[in-house]
Amino acid sequence: MTRTNTLLIKTPEGVVFSQTLAGPVTRFLAWLVDFACVIGVLMVLNIILMFVIVVSPEIGNAIALVLFFVVPVGYAMSLEWLWRGQTIGKRIMRLRVVDAHGLRLHFSQVAIRNLLRVIDLLPGMYVVGGLATFLTRRAQRLGDLAANTVVIRIPKIVEPNLEQLGADKYNSLRGYPHLCARLRQRVSPAEASTALQAIIRRDEFDAAARVQLFEDLAEHFKSKVEFPAEAIEGIADEQFVRNVADVLYRTETKRQRERAASVPSTEERPREAGGTLVR
Amino acid sequence: MIIDLQKFSAVERPVWQELERLLDQLELDPTFRLNVEQAKRFHYLYERTSADLSKLITFAAEPELRSYLEILVARAYSEIHETRGDQKRFAPIAWFLNTLPQTFRRHVKAFYLSTAACIIGTLFGGFAMAFDPEAKQTVMPAMFSEHLGDPAERVRREEQAKHTPTAGQLTPFSTQLMTHNIRQAINALALGMTFGIGTLVVLFYNGVILGLIGVDYVAAGQTKFLLAWLMPHGVIEIPAFLIAGQTGLVLANALIGWGKRERLAQRFRAVGPDLVTLIFGVGVMLIWAGLVEAFLSQYHEPVIPYSAKIIFGSIELVMLILFLARSGRKTELTANSAAA
Repeated sequence: MTRTNTLLIKTPEGVVFSQTLAGPVTRFLAWLVDFACVIGVLMVLNIILMFVIVVSPEIGNAIALVLFFVVPVGYAMSLEWLWRGQTIGKRIMRLRVVDAHGLRLHFSQVAIRNLLRVIDLLPGMYVVGGLATFLTRRAQRLGDLAANTVVIRIPKIVEPNLEQLGADKYNSLRGYPHLCARLRQRVSPAEASTALQAIIRRDEFDAAARVQLFEDLAEHFKSKVEFPAEAIEGIADEQFVRNVADVLYRTETKRQRERAASVPSTEERPREAGGTLVR
Repeated sequence: MIIDLQKFSAVERPVWQELERLLDQLELDPTFRLNVEQAKRFHYLYERTSADLSKLITFAAEPELRSYLEILVARAYSEIHETRGDQKRFAPIAWFLNTLPQTFRRHVKAFYLSTAACIIGTLFGGFAMAFDPEAKQTVMPAMFSEHLGDPAERVRREEQAKHTPTAGQLTPFSTQLMTHNIRQAINALALGMTFGIGTLVVLFYNGVILGLIGVDYVAAGQTKFLLAWLMPHGVIEIPAFLIAGQTGLVLANALIGWGKRERLAQRFRAVGPDLVTLIFGVGVMLIWAGLVEAFLSQYHEPVIPYSAKIIFGSIELVMLILFLARSGRKTELTANSAAA
């Protein structure tokens, strides 16, 4: 059995989408948060029940017995049902219980995975469940196996920041539209994505690693299409990669075309620190 | 070819946002139904977003946008391709009178096996008690400590008790019984994941205790007291526990998949709703049994005549058998003939 951290689902329309499976550690942390929530709720209820016990000890004790049974059992079951696969712990850790085949989560699935928690807890601290998540292909505990559910991670969706490509900056490669077209043809989506991500995340790298990364990337893209010397002369590797990403991800606007047409020769252009050329 | 991400995103975003709004509406309100036009539109939006995802994966490996579209397509896919029927508003009476007994009958073989395991345990316990009375001290759990002594002595003590407990005093006892029994029932279900071995052991062990107590009281000449004490709640509690065992065995059967061609996930998917129906049915039965055990079974002669308690228990048993065997037959037959 091959373990994977991705749940791949192929729709009848032929589209494949993936969801990242949650690991045992993240799930355990979510469980700790939920455990703390249950304890908190029980403590609050205990305080309220102290007043009831003053009035009627028998009724107070009976309610306490019911609540101390219902709250731990019903907490995850009701929240996962109402919040479509999430509890407070799962929300904080950005996790969600979903159907293993990508279908709608049914109440029976939520109920089974929570009722079978007793066996996953054995002999204590989720040893059986933890082992099962390590051993099963989709990181499922026994309750998840029986309920046909998996726990996935919900990524933070961030709009790709194409502004970082510098729309207003001069791009020396744009002066050679036929070479730009060739570049778009020869570069694969994965390579293009690497260039874009390197630009977007450039401030996260160490200085030396940043220089090395952009040197490698520039060398790679230069080997794809050979631009004339005047187009790349004096341009830092990082700027070259930015120009490449700009060519790949942006259709040239009318303004950029006009700017490219009116640009002076290399000798006449002012030079910015680090080799970045500005208009 | 690599697509112009900014342009692509700007053009398609209204489509994605419309789909997202529709999905939010569907997910937040389970009773929300699309009309034909809305359903067509929903399908169109799903297909277009799926196509956008394909295009993005093929022509631009942009991770954030891809994640966003994948989540959107996943949500729409779960709404469009769900074939397990709508999750209608829960109708408790129809569930209790039709779904529960029908589900019980559908898996009646597992109930027979559960009963057999318990009967074997009872016989074992009975023989153990008959041949070695010391077995009672060894096997009986702490919660049954009141049965460790001489049954005749217990009967004399109960019948001569000067103070009968009030309803208020019995309420915590009743809830304790319910919660304890429901916990045991959940354990019997969950242990089905041990290929049913755990469930069978639990059934056998409870049968042993029943056999020990039964033979002990009969041998002491307290059969009438035993029946009057046990029957009012036992005729519901014991079958409830057997049904909990049945649920565990149904789960085990799905896990083992003996003679079945479906894959494990398909087998679990097929029995899932039935397991939940049965275990919730067990819960209802145990709540009733807990009430009866606290408020009726604990009263003995001269407060309540034994014959009255035995008659009450017998009526309950007959009604339970009729309920499990006959209730919901009409709708079952109608559904079967419609399917045929």
